[in-house]
Amino acid sequence: MSSSVAIVDYGMGNLLSVANALERVGLGARITSEAADLHRARGIVLPGVGAFGVAMEALNARGLSDALRERIRAGVPFFGVCLGMQLLFDSSEEFGPHRGLGIVKGSVRRLPVTDPQGASIKVPHLGWSPIVAPGGAAFNPRSPLVSLSTGTRMYFVHSYFCDPIDRGVVVSTTRFGGMDFCSSLLQDNVFATQFHPEKSAETGVSVYRQWARHVKGER
Amino acid sequence: MLRVIPRLDIKGPDLVKGVQMEGLRVLGSPEEFADRYYREGADELLYMDVVASLYNRNGLVEFVRRVSKKIFVPLIVGGGVRTIEDIRTLLRSGADKVAINTAAVHNEEFVRVAAQTFGSSTVVASIEAARRPDGTYEAFTDNGREGSGKNALAWAERAATLGAGEILVTSIDREGTGTGFDLELVRAVADRVSVPVIAGGGAGSVEHVVDVAKEGRVEGVALASLLHYDLIRRENVESGGAAGNTQFLKSGGRFTQFAAAGLRELKEGLESHGVVCRRYGVSVQ
Repeated sequence: MSSSVAIVDYGMGNLLSVANALERVGLGARITSEAADLHRARGIVLPGVGAFGVAMEALNARGLSDALRERIRAGVPFFGVCLGMQLLFDSSEEFGPHRGLGIVKGSVRRLPVTDPQGASIKVPHLGWSPIVAPGGAAFNPRSPLVSLSTGTRMYFVHSYFCDPIDRGVVVSTTRFGGMDFCSSLLQDNVFATQFHPEKSAETGVSVYRQWARHVKGER
Repeated sequence: MLRVIPRLDIKGPDLVKGVQMEGLRVLGSPEEFADRYYREGADELLYMDVVASLYNRNGLVEFVRRVSKKIFVPLIVGGGVRTIEDIRTLLRSGADKVAINTAAVHNEEFVRVAAQTFGSSTVVASIEAARRPDGTYEAFTDNGREGSGKNALAWAERAATLGAGEILVTSIDREGTGTGFDLELVRAVADRVSVPVIAGGGAGSVEHVVDVAKEGRVEGVALASLLHYDLIRRENVESGGAAGNTQFLKSGGRFTQFAAAGLRELKEGLESHGVVCRRYGVSVQ
């Protein structure tokens, strides 16, 4: 097994910042679009910005969808960021419906465009918003958010949100348009965030740091 | 939450600052300033290559690549961004968003194609406006050098319609003067568009930023002089290069029209006036 983590390149997203963040926390990373590299990697990061349907086509075309499903089921540490979190789900209604990787049960839907009072809200959700632990106390200690306080702000830019059927996977929620959506999840070896930890300053970098410790077997 | 965005104007290797976009003074090393602002709580960083349009040169790519290795907040980059390839190169080098002005004013299709290719959230329409004698505002290009003849407010509305995800509006009259934002301009733009507006140009004190946050209907503020002069005063930030006007620095010039402030002090001041900001250092072990 390689000493490095694979960052999946399917042509969408700012991979460089993710690679920089991983390097910063001492985890070598290889940006790759080869399924073979996923088989060698000790951890996999799936980033992404853009449309769900286009992304799934790109993953399917490169043979990466099957490789990702196989590696996840084999228990390899996995980190999905933004679109990379959404792709884990069964389906998305973005220009859809489109099928996703089907790793997490549930669907991806449009963020509300009006608030509960009926006033129109600006989409995408853009900027720094608080992530809150369910129950309000502390984040799941098995997750990479373990060292952060509930209410910490992270950087978001998205128009769709994930709705997992099993609420037990929800590690944090974030409020938008009067509703609380799942902003990060943990399901066995799969961790994913709707926000961009690599754009969320040092608090964001710490999320990669904690995940790196998990990958290296230190926690 | 108000996004506080330090603006770094770059000319070759130097961080520079003008007044009303003229008379650029060398202030120091852009990388050192960027690093300090990041560590002191900048929510995003804005880099503008101030001579890219004039000399037909794009020097930002290497700089962006270097700073994106250590700065983990969104980076907006502008100055001479003319083609889709320019945008692609900058995004690949670590920029998150590009600010476009001159090229967009000359060819509005550029905004549309950029938004469709890379997504609206990567495209910031940068509008530099000066007040005309009749009270209307004109949009300028080439870093404040050329009047376009276009009404700035109408152009802002058009740019948002074409797909720009945010509008950065800078008052040429106010910028570098420390006399406060042009609230009329900022509010007028915010009222015309449904995308986030970032206001720039003129902040000389914490109170000015409080004013625009409360009355400007903006989501972000771009600050240059207010922060740079504070940092120079507090620290010994070395000058980065020989080119340009270094006399100001060497003479130990005072910036008396500015009640300059650092990011921490600024955010505390904003919070004490009820403006929500991102507090950093929120318990990380």
